[in-house]
Amino acid sequence: MLSGNQVALAYLVASVFFILALKGLSSPLTSRRGNLFGMIGMAIAVAVTLTLTRNWTVIVGGIALGGAIGAVVARKVQMTAMPELVAFMHSLVGMAAVLIAIAAVNNPLAFGIVKAAGEAIPMGNKLELFIGTFVGAMTFSGSVIAFLKLSGRMSGAPIVFSGQHMVNLLMAIGMFGCGLWFFASGGTNWTAFIAMTAIAFVLGFLIIIPIGGADMPVVISMLNSYSGWAAAGIGFSLNNPMLIIAGSLVGSSGAILSYIMCKAMNRPFLSVILGGFGTDSGAAVAADGVQKTHRSGSADDAAFLMGNADSVIIVPGYGLAVARAQHAVKELAYKLREKGVTVRFAIHPVAGRMPGHMNVLLAEAEIPYDQVLEMDEINSDFPTTDVVLVLGANDVVNPAAHTPGSPIYGMPILEVDKARTVMVVKRSMAAGYAGLDNDLFYMDKTMMVFGDAKKVVEDMVKAVG
Amino acid sequence: MTVDPLITNLMVFVLAIFVGYHVVWNVTPALHTPLMSVTNAISSIILVGAMLAAGPTDADWGVWVGAVAVVLAAVNVFGGFLVTQRMLEMFRKKEPKKLETK
Repeated sequence: MLSGNQVALAYLVASVFFILALKGLSSPLTSRRGNLFGMIGMAIAVAVTLTLTRNWTVIVGGIALGGAIGAVVARKVQMTAMPELVAFMHSLVGMAAVLIAIAAVNNPLAFGIVKAAGEAIPMGNKLELFIGTFVGAMTFSGSVIAFLKLSGRMSGAPIVFSGQHMVNLLMAIGMFGCGLWFFASGGTNWTAFIAMTAIAFVLGFLIIIPIGGADMPVVISMLNSYSGWAAAGIGFSLNNPMLIIAGSLVGSSGAILSYIMCKAMNRPFLSVILGGFGTDSGAAVAADGVQKTHRSGSADDAAFLMGNADSVIIVPGYGLAVARAQHAVKELAYKLREKGVTVRFAIHPVAGRMPGHMNVLLAEAEIPYDQVLEMDEINSDFPTTDVVLVLGANDVVNPAAHTPGSPIYGMPILEVDKARTVMVVKRSMAAGYAGLDNDLFYMDKTMMVFGDAKKVVEDMVKAVG
Repeated sequence: MTVDPLITNLMVFVLAIFVGYHVVWNVTPALHTPLMSVTNAISSIILVGAMLAAGPTDADWGVWVGAVAVVLAAVNVFGGFLVTQRMLEMFRKKEPKKLETK
């Protein structure tokens, strides 16, 4: 058995490894080593903790069972399904936090929260248990809803009802009330604890249902953050610095991602969280009733234009992920490059359903990451680009973002309207999630190519020859 | 001078947030999805708490609650790190020749 000091030092080493893991992600070159550091840190933390426990059969058996499930899931999952996998995993952290808190309330002695059996839990620890539990419970139910919405098992459309915010507010007050009750009770007040946990579960559910599918990048980042805070909260109650450090790293990471996503949509965090904006597929809103005309063409026409261009920029969006067109797109890029065309990819920060979603899909298709550029890197190149191919993206290329008064005014966009020719692959003329018509589609230099992204791109590959 | 553990924990907490803040801003946007999956794996450090809950041999049902938490957290530890690894393998710099073989 290791001494308390030895355990704490080992935790310190593990924490440094976790920091190095995140640091490694600053570049694709160092990222794999970073991930390895993360695994080492986790192995150290788990091995050291094992020396503090006695029930090895159960613990090692549990880790083996869970580990096997995790390993299978990690191998099998499709890259297009990454957002729902991440949501699913957030829910597990949340649930684990709740279970640990229940075990701690039941047997505080095992965690060193009290010195002798039967002693009451000190006030400070009760407060921390309360925080860890409600954050964990909300993470769990919120992530379950996010998972259901992302995997299409539940409509991505926001679910709103009148008085929603009032209900949420009352529930939050009720939850904190029960927390106070638990906190102020002399012994272990199970009624208050269970009531508080139950309300937190329902509240997590209610907070996520009004948020529309396209706001998912924010939601998933936020839940990422919550799962970290839940771990840190449990760390406080168990006086375990390892949990506090790792939890805070994750919590701040998720918070930064939420911030980046909100900024990329030019929407205040609060308005996203309060929800009710955006639908799943959304019918076009006939804003002014004026009949506008668009030009449409076939995949062959588009391929001809691209084949004769000097430079092409491809802008992928959620439609690419839905159609699983990433491999077809790679073929197209390769064929064009063989003809001497410069092909690059431009990624908007909120393209897809989670931060970095498009980058992973393109990487899966073996498109070298140095041909994939972020919005700020490529926006100045559009005016000198011959052809832009927009694949299943809409709002992130909508020039209405430059028009004062538009709902998306001020949102940073990929300025594809400045290119010489624009080609948009879409299933129909339906509006994007913001329910806005896109003037880009009606410009003289724009050609619409209707159809499923994968099918259209495959046809283009054939036509380019 | 004795310091309440709560205060020590608070110091650790605040400093760790600062470290996280500065490290994460340096993450390249292209790797934001792997960042989420790896932070997910890291947040399953909660496994440590679950192990402590499942730890005692002489206790009651609380041990089994802890054991369930161990399984849930372990799914995340392995799933999180392995899926991150799988994604990062795709971010290798491809040689142009290798591309042509396809």
